[in-house]
Amino acid sequence: MEVRERPEFPVNRGALCGKGRTAPALLDRAARLTSPLVRDGRGAPLREATWEEALDRIAAGLTTVRRRYGADAVGVLGGGGLTNEKAYALGKFARVVLRTASIDYNGRFCMSSAAAAHKAAFGLDRGLPFPLADIARAGCVVLVGANPAETMPPALRYFRELRENGGRLVVVDPRRTRTAEQADLHLRPVPGTDLALALGMLHLLIADGRVDEDFVAARTTGFEQARAAAMAHWPERVEAITGVPVPAMRQAVTAFADAATAMVLTARGSEQHSKGTDTVGAWINLCLAAGKAGRPGSGYGCLTGQGNGQGGREHGQKADQLPGYRSITDPAARAHVARVWGVDPDDLPGPGRSAYELLDTLGRDGGARALLLMGSNPVVSAPHAAHVTERLRALDFLAVGDVVLSETACLADVVLPVAQWAEETGTMTNLEGRVVLRQAALTPPEGVRTDLRVLRDLAARFGVRDGFSDDPEEVFDELRRASAGGPADYAGISYRRIRAGEGLHWPCRDQSDPGTPRLFLDRFATPDGRARFAAVSHRPAAEVPDADFPLHLTTGRVVAQYQSGAQTRRVAELAAAAPGPFVELHPHLAARLGVAEGDLLTVTSRRGHALAPARVTDAIRPDTVFMPFHWDGPGRANTLTNPALDPVSRMPEFKVCAVRVEKSPAARPTPVREGAAAGAALARVPDVSGAAGGEFVPGSGAGAPVQPAAVPEGAAAGAAPVAGVGAVLAGAPEVSGAAGGEFVPGSGAGASSGSAGVPDVGLAGGAFVPGAGARGAFVAGTGGEGAA
Amino acid sequence: MSGVRVVAGAVRRVAVVGAGMAAARFAEQMAGRAPEVEVTLYGAEAHVPYNRALLAEVLTGRLRPEDVALPAGNGTRVRTGTRVVGVDVAARAVRLADGSGAGYDHLVLAVGAEPVLPRLPGLRTVGGPAEGVHVLRTLDDCGRLAGAAASAGRAVVVGGGVLGVSAARALTALGVTTELVHEASHLIGRHLDAGASGTLVRGLTALGIGVHLGARPHALRGTGRVTGVELADGRVLDADLLVLACGVRPRTGLARRAGLRTAYGVVVDDHLATSAPHISAIGDCAEHRGVAHGLAGPAWDQADVLAARLSGAGPEAAYPGSPRLFRLTAGPLEYAAFGETGDVPGADVVRLADATRGSYRKLVLRGDRLVGGILLGDLTAVGDLTRAFLDGAHALPGDPTHLLTTEGAA
Repeated sequence: MEVRERPEFPVNRGALCGKGRTAPALLDRAARLTSPLVRDGRGAPLREATWEEALDRIAAGLTTVRRRYGADAVGVLGGGGLTNEKAYALGKFARVVLRTASIDYNGRFCMSSAAAAHKAAFGLDRGLPFPLADIARAGCVVLVGANPAETMPPALRYFRELRENGGRLVVVDPRRTRTAEQADLHLRPVPGTDLALALGMLHLLIADGRVDEDFVAARTTGFEQARAAAMAHWPERVEAITGVPVPAMRQAVTAFADAATAMVLTARGSEQHSKGTDTVGAWINLCLAAGKAGRPGSGYGCLTGQGNGQGGREHGQKADQLPGYRSITDPAARAHVARVWGVDPDDLPGPGRSAYELLDTLGRDGGARALLLMGSNPVVSAPHAAHVTERLRALDFLAVGDVVLSETACLADVVLPVAQWAEETGTMTNLEGRVVLRQAALTPPEGVRTDLRVLRDLAARFGVRDGFSDDPEEVFDELRRASAGGPADYAGISYRRIRAGEGLHWPCRDQSDPGTPRLFLDRFATPDGRARFAAVSHRPAAEVPDADFPLHLTTGRVVAQYQSGAQTRRVAELAAAAPGPFVELHPHLAARLGVAEGDLLTVTSRRGHALAPARVTDAIRPDTVFMPFHWDGPGRANTLTNPALDPVSRMPEFKVCAVRVEKSPAARPTPVREGAAAGAALARVPDVSGAAGGEFVPGSGAGAPVQPAAVPEGAAAGAAPVAGVGAVLAGAPEVSGAAGGEFVPGSGAGASSGSAGVPDVGLAGGAFVPGAGARGAFVAGTGGEGAA
Repeated sequence: MSGVRVVAGAVRRVAVVGAGMAAARFAEQMAGRAPEVEVTLYGAEAHVPYNRALLAEVLTGRLRPEDVALPAGNGTRVRTGTRVVGVDVAARAVRLADGSGAGYDHLVLAVGAEPVLPRLPGLRTVGGPAEGVHVLRTLDDCGRLAGAAASAGRAVVVGGGVLGVSAARALTALGVTTELVHEASHLIGRHLDAGASGTLVRGLTALGIGVHLGARPHALRGTGRVTGVELADGRVLDADLLVLACGVRPRTGLARRAGLRTAYGVVVDDHLATSAPHISAIGDCAEHRGVAHGLAGPAWDQADVLAARLSGAGPEAAYPGSPRLFRLTAGPLEYAAFGETGDVPGADVVRLADATRGSYRKLVLRGDRLVGGILLGDLTAVGDLTRAFLDGAHALPGDPTHLLTTEGAA
């Protein structure tokens, strides 16, 4: 099995990142789960079991909770790495079989702020309103809180081409990332102040007379309120808030406004805040005021964060949505979907809690008491992770489907080994709204089943024998009907058309519809066809530095790891490249703390502390430290992060919290074997099929010394990782000699960037595909991916 | 003084006297945090709240008057052209110029400041200022001045503070030959030292502005209409219009008449409470710990604290004062000044003056702490420098001159 480039694929033109290239390592039997695991009671180790036993236990576990506490006490948590078919089937399973309102997914931690702002401004949420390749032809791109150099390397070529074509690249990021190094202009706002910066730039646009008055008059509403908000953020005031000098702001505005076409692209760095929705709204305001939207080559876009970040949020995993990006509170939408599902609309549950709120209330009165989790690893990826881990432990019952024994799977009562990228067919929708088909190249190893089959077999145990196929194409055809007429309309998209080589972008309403690569050229998707300015005002982060916690912490990715790292940490090459967590800090801060490169640091927030070695670099602000979030254990960045939620999107504030940094009394860290590092937790994670055994696993281990103090507050020792290697993830590439696989960038990439977390696959589209000529795409991840 | 003690639900109606920047900010914050509270702004001006800090931009035409409106919160009642003439503290009511009254549960004084006028023979004629004499405090002032500038050939600006400098620059941008008269030996003494002032004077001169330092206006020329200004040394500067920018002082009359404690401004404590129950004061009219800031930044800090307290969102919120941080952009002339900018005893001073590029940069250090500085003409390092100043609890590492060189060095 090998992964090859497919230069003719339009999204990445064959470029792969390391995660895609090394993804076959995760297909190896030794790297992964190949048997269901069950636990005979609390405290008992996981042991291998048959599929029949495992599925029976899940049905029994969920049924018991439902009887005792009601349908909404059974929760479901999905993931943005799941294929469209799986996301759709999981949402349907929750609403039709479990009849629970308690479903959400880790994409809530990913793009929800951008999605909410997108919808408010344009009436529709698609990552990019134009193909990725348009970036290369823009006159100016403002990239905010995005670090594609580490998170989406194959996409970087478009930014390079942009500059080769004479376009200007402006990067907004508190860190001088590898992406920022390539920019014509780099603005370095204090973490948590992007909203003020966007308002200050709008102010300058207005003051410099660069507002496109005709566009504003003809195609927008609400400018007066946005203008008033901008007047409350005059440049000198914004400079004091953000630390970005007025002259630099002015240069950015000039570059943006003077260009004939221009874009603003945001990613997690700007979005993962308790004001993420307003922040994105402010960037959209800038585009609208300058007339840089709804025209070819211009617009606002969001770089996706997960393998199927776009498609994953369109088909019903989200607490408030039904397939086709329909609102679950809209009676007409409920009636339509209920008809496709053959149920009474009144039997469909209403909206449920958002991901963090779902996790936060696990095991509590009124919260979920049982959880079915697919494609997510919240022990590592959720904010305030020690608390989330504690909530997971408080469940009556936890079932996890994954490729590898993730940190979250280690806590489960039942673990199901499921198929991954090269082993199953399905579609993914990339950030361009392009639906790509990833076709199976391999048969899953014995003992492994697909998620679709799992859902079918579980549904049968609840007495629902129809409506849950394990054939992806059949599921997709039903998804098309369910999405028909909705905002994300897939009715005209079929496996046949994709295989025939059409790159189809939704909305695509029927078989003769060529799809919509560029949105909003004639009108926006609002009732009156006009884009809406957002009335937004800057406010501080939920937690700002003070005497006890004097520094900002921001989190992000590194190029060799992906999301919660459950998969990438198990690929030797990637693990060697990025063996463990670290704390990036400025030389001046290091000098003040008496810290040298490699010294072990204790980073403490109000929620706990984390340990990791120092990485001294002047690429970061002196008032800020950065940690990547891919690891569990003592170096888990999300032990520190703040679950303060955005009031609209319910996005947690991953990207900024207040911390104290101290030199740890312990000596310099030395790499340890994960088995050892896992310590206490090992007891709960028994020898899983020899796979994990003594393998050196970088992950949590490396770089993180073992010491009791290292355990995050509130998290009892436990949860440790271990286990097999494995999994996919990422950017996957073409596989095997197969014919035309496409690649796909994305996925993999980790991001970094303080501000940025970013994207990843969503890019997507790559494809892999076996069958001759088929044009599928691949894309990443199957199971276990935490989001971020 | 009585603190602002808020019992949830006790404050239903908040009356704000004034509809300027502090009032607008307060109302916006209240609307976001306690939309159920009825907030009414009483503004003497005919306009909805606007950003006074941008008046020079309006004067030059860079911004239109309607552009500078500020958000005042959804649901806020703004009564423009409504003057409050009295406060009945015991009855918790304000009295309006038309004789009507309005009750409140809590009253916020945000009446701002008024221009100080120098004693100049000829300044006033019967019935008001002489024709051609202007101040620049309100949008209406700005409109009048812009109208006059359209037909004026020569202008004299009296007062070399922030407002005088930006007015002189704005008038010059409008094509009016302008001279700036300042009594002290250097400009903007509140923020700048002699060296920075010298650099600024060269910048103003390069724009074509005549700068007269140590020059005191003695009398106005003209009868009924200004034709010039006579200086104490006998020189006469011809002018079609005269702009008086001699500073502002807090408006305290209303508070004084109501029996509130006033000094230079309306005296408030760390809760922004005045000496009377259920009455707070914020913004330019307020004096906190002996300081009346007269700047938008501190006014907004105060508005935020008071809104946090009154809305119940932060009942313990307190105002500790605001850092001394000044910033001016007047066309090509730009400076930032913060903290202690003079040559204070016991402090080390680092200076970089570049006459060719018209820049002046200065750091004031006490031991290894940054306690003040000026950046004029070259603002590259302003972001890092102000952060280092605001972060003053920490020692500066190594050689502090790196702070003056490139952005990102801090």
